[in-house]
Amino acid sequence: MRFSRAAAVVLRQFYLLRGSPTRLLPMIAWVAIDIVLWGFITRYLSALTGPKVNLVASILGAVLLWDFLGRVMQGVTTAFFEDVWSRNFLNIFATPLTIADYLGGLVATGIGTSVLGLVAMLTLATTVFGFSFFAYGAAIAPFILVLFVTGISLGVLGTAIVLRLGPASEWLIWPIPSLLSPFVGVFYPLSTLPPWMQAIGRALPPSYVFEAMRAIVAGQGAQPDLLAMAIGLSAAYLLAACWVFARVYRFALRTGLIARYSAESAS
Amino acid sequence: MTPVLTVASLKKQFGALKAVDDISFEVRPGEIVGLVGPNGAGKTTTISMILGVLAPTSGAITIAGYDIARRRSQALAQTNFAAAYAPLPGNLTVEQNLRVFGMIYGVANLSARIDQLIAEYDLIPQRKAKTGVLSSGEQTRVTLAKAMLNNPRLLLLDEPTASIDPATARRIRTHIVDVAEKAGAGVLWTSHNMYEVAEVCDRVLFLSHGRILLAGAPEALIREHKAASLEDLFVTVANESLDPAGSAA
Repeated sequence: MRFSRAAAVVLRQFYLLRGSPTRLLPMIAWVAIDIVLWGFITRYLSALTGPKVNLVASILGAVLLWDFLGRVMQGVTTAFFEDVWSRNFLNIFATPLTIADYLGGLVATGIGTSVLGLVAMLTLATTVFGFSFFAYGAAIAPFILVLFVTGISLGVLGTAIVLRLGPASEWLIWPIPSLLSPFVGVFYPLSTLPPWMQAIGRALPPSYVFEAMRAIVAGQGAQPDLLAMAIGLSAAYLLAACWVFARVYRFALRTGLIARYSAESAS
Repeated sequence: MTPVLTVASLKKQFGALKAVDDISFEVRPGEIVGLVGPNGAGKTTTISMILGVLAPTSGAITIAGYDIARRRSQALAQTNFAAAYAPLPGNLTVEQNLRVFGMIYGVANLSARIDQLIAEYDLIPQRKAKTGVLSSGEQTRVTLAKAMLNNPRLLLLDEPTASIDPATARRIRTHIVDVAEKAGAGVLWTSHNMYEVAEVCDRVLFLSHGRILLAGAPEALIREHKAASLEDLFVTVANESLDPAGSAA
């Protein structure tokens, strides 16, 4: 991967964000709405349960972490969609830019935009609802990295799906985090789920993150077994997503999909 | 002189359709080669393969000594293109588009190169304007400026003057001839404007049904085939190629 080429992909997104507040606003607005909504739900539930249970850390923290994963995924896919919407594929891919350069640029854009959302969420959760990220301790840091890698994997997979099926398949991509959320136990232990849902949940890296988060909140300390599973699975998913993208890209080269990419041409 | 583009036994098949059927040609440094033919002849398919966005069924493409199948990135760093059907992103300004693509091509002294191209293509008033709000002629000039960013050794132009007024088109033709002569770039030029092709191109390739039916210098082809003009020859060849009993070559 050549840095200047990946940086060009990031620069394009930076220009778009700087020139268009309507692109910038949703990155902050939606996560802010989530934090406000769940913040008040948590406050109400805390009033019912009393101070014995740390609902702020377990519920509001879960919302924050899950939104972070969604933001990372959307950061990657939205950067790709900008090229879809402006029909820029021919200009982009008929250059020395490699797939690694392009994906590197999309991922770097995802990092930037998701950090922006994370800062907004943390600011709101801390100042309004008394949430403290330090309550988790340093043990949560690698789990956040796992969520980040999973978000990138979902983003890369999403772009591969849209490249293969065409721009009209965009609507398939946005609900992916919502579809996964019941299986990964964002708000409840995996043991709550029926066995078939648990089986799916155990194959998804975020499940281990939320199990670990609840264990940490309950004072059980770091969870090396859960961390090892989460890291292994997230690395495997990242490799698989990149492999799928490369396969779809080669298919697009073979069939001429890139040269004539439009909602009508893809099938 | 080593060719900047070598196309050898190139084929592209979509199912039963032979879009490009075993064509071979070269473009040498400083040479402008016209690729002409009726709609659906295989011109854009050929250009897409040279640009690396469409994989050939068989055959080889070499740009400035780099085989595009094996060294795609190096090959494409030596080339650039402008096509009427590939405008630059309309939501970036002229300068932003040139900067993004300049970085992708690894252009040295990029700011100075952008200033130079913006002046050369009369884009100073539009420098800070979003590309999407420009007239089609202005957008074409931006696309051409992008195509010159990396001083390409091979320039691919697909209908470059399709939406430009005659005066601007003439200036652009003159400019591209200069680029070929002074910078030694090889140019592959597709157009339906036979007057333009006759004026600009050193050599013409007539493509029909994916095959090269005729090849040669415009004046020589007109003389050999006793045609009144290149346009007359084009119409004759196109009609004969549609007639299974006809023989064009």
